[in-house]
Amino acid sequence: MLLQARGLAKRFEGLHAVQGVDLDLPEGEIRALIGPNGAGKTTLVGLIAGRIAPSAGRVIFDGRDVTHLPAHRRIARGMAYTFQITSVFARLSVAENVGLAARRHLKGAKARQAAEDALDRVGLAAQADTEAGDLAYGHQRLLELAMGIVQRPRLLILDEPTQGLSEGEIAGFETLIRDLARTTTILLIEHNMRIVMALAQRITVLDGGRVLAEGTPDEIHANAAVQAAYLGGSPDAAAG
Amino acid sequence: MRVVAPHLGLLALLLSLHFVLPAYHHGNLARVMVLASFAMGYNILFGYTGLLSLGHALFFAAGMYGAGLAVQHLGWGAGPSLVAGIAAGAVVSATLALLALRTSGVAFMIVTLMFAQAGALTILHFSEITGGDEGFVLPQAGRMVAGLDLSDANTRYLAALVLFAVCLSLSLWLVRTPFGRVLVAIRENEERARMLGYDPFAHKFAAMVISGTMAAAAGATYGVLFGYVGSSFAEVQYSILPLLYVLLGGTGTVLGPFVGTLFMFYLIDLSSDITTAHMLIAGVALVGLTLFAPQGIMGEIRRRLWKGLP
Repeated sequence: MLLQARGLAKRFEGLHAVQGVDLDLPEGEIRALIGPNGAGKTTLVGLIAGRIAPSAGRVIFDGRDVTHLPAHRRIARGMAYTFQITSVFARLSVAENVGLAARRHLKGAKARQAAEDALDRVGLAAQADTEAGDLAYGHQRLLELAMGIVQRPRLLILDEPTQGLSEGEIAGFETLIRDLARTTTILLIEHNMRIVMALAQRITVLDGGRVLAEGTPDEIHANAAVQAAYLGGSPDAAAG
Repeated sequence: MRVVAPHLGLLALLLSLHFVLPAYHHGNLARVMVLASFAMGYNILFGYTGLLSLGHALFFAAGMYGAGLAVQHLGWGAGPSLVAGIAAGAVVSATLALLALRTSGVAFMIVTLMFAQAGALTILHFSEITGGDEGFVLPQAGRMVAGLDLSDANTRYLAALVLFAVCLSLSLWLVRTPFGRVLVAIRENEERARMLGYDPFAHKFAAMVISGTMAAAAGATYGVLFGYVGSSFAEVQYSILPLLYVLLGGTGTVLGPFVGTLFMFYLIDLSSDITTAHMLIAGVALVGLTLFAPQGIMGEIRRRLWKGLP
């Protein structure tokens, strides 16, 4: 198992955002994390990446208990995190944004090359010198993605990466993730059910901070509890 | 090279001015170069790392008193005394960084301000050692380094230029290293920098020690070059001045602190020729600059003419 969560919980002043979540993520898998708004998805990945301190529970990454490591040390061990609300360095160039991500493990010309390659993969190579804040919203999402993949993480956590992308960009995103999955384990929060069904090997459904169901896309699709709590009858109804 | 050229050009200009300036401006410029070195130190923390300190007088004074007291009480020469001043600045800034970096934003401003006030009061309290609010004049022997007399106007100018050149080169080098660029990333978006795997505390700590030590080097040099050590240099005015210099010259530009210091120095100098209400003129000029060039002089040049200016 690359990542294990045991009994992870987070309370915010009486609100149980995440309660007793167990999660096992084997190396090489694409796992989707779905659930209605407020189900605790972003909080859960925040606990895993160390952005938020848990109220209870443990996180084991690559065989080591990282519960007490600060976020930057977890990232250094091979996690990468992309933000739900786009969080790029708005006043720095696109190339510098990716460069900062690349230089944590690479130096000089190698870092520059890796940054160029990552921008190329997400289709932003032409905008390398643009200030990141001047990019269209969808392009900022792609920049987030480039900042994630340039780190060559063992675990890539993506929080709603396709939000704001055009149809064409979403198709490109799918290809990219399939390609990445050969070398990286991916934990994906996603609202677009078509993407989830197409990409994920397994799906974990959160509701009210708890794991409601877990299984293959077909199993989740057929799960009555999930249907009742979330899908509302057909997968398409939950999209967006 | 294209980036280094204007900085080398400024140093060459300052060296050539040494031979042509009339005595009055020659003396002023020596003072400006030392104060600009102070401002460059300030700029590392404020301009590049995004931490607004209101306590840099503490570091300036740590350098000045570290050097001055070594001359006064230990009979050291200027060379070792300068080293003592710089070391004092490093120790004081590291200590304050450990305490103040637990806070951020307004709290950081208040904590640095309070510690600097405590420093100024400490100097007044131990007046038998420090000379209290009168300070003390350095003896001639403490202003000699390697047979050079730093109280001589020509030597003093060149010594100030050496300090300035060192601080300028260090700043220019630092902000272009991967480390310096992480500082900028922390300034722009600390949480994002952390989630790229960079330790914000370690980087801010290092930035504050570099910043404080550079300010201390300026303070130590100021004391030795101009021969006087006084508690007024530890007061809040000397925490505000580098902030003003940097804001006027251009936050987060390597040349900005010098431009801002020069501008402010001559603004006050020229307006006090005209009227005793010279601070009024200075104030109006500052308001004007803030309105029409909010990024400072070099910041405006960077925005309009040269995007890649470090």
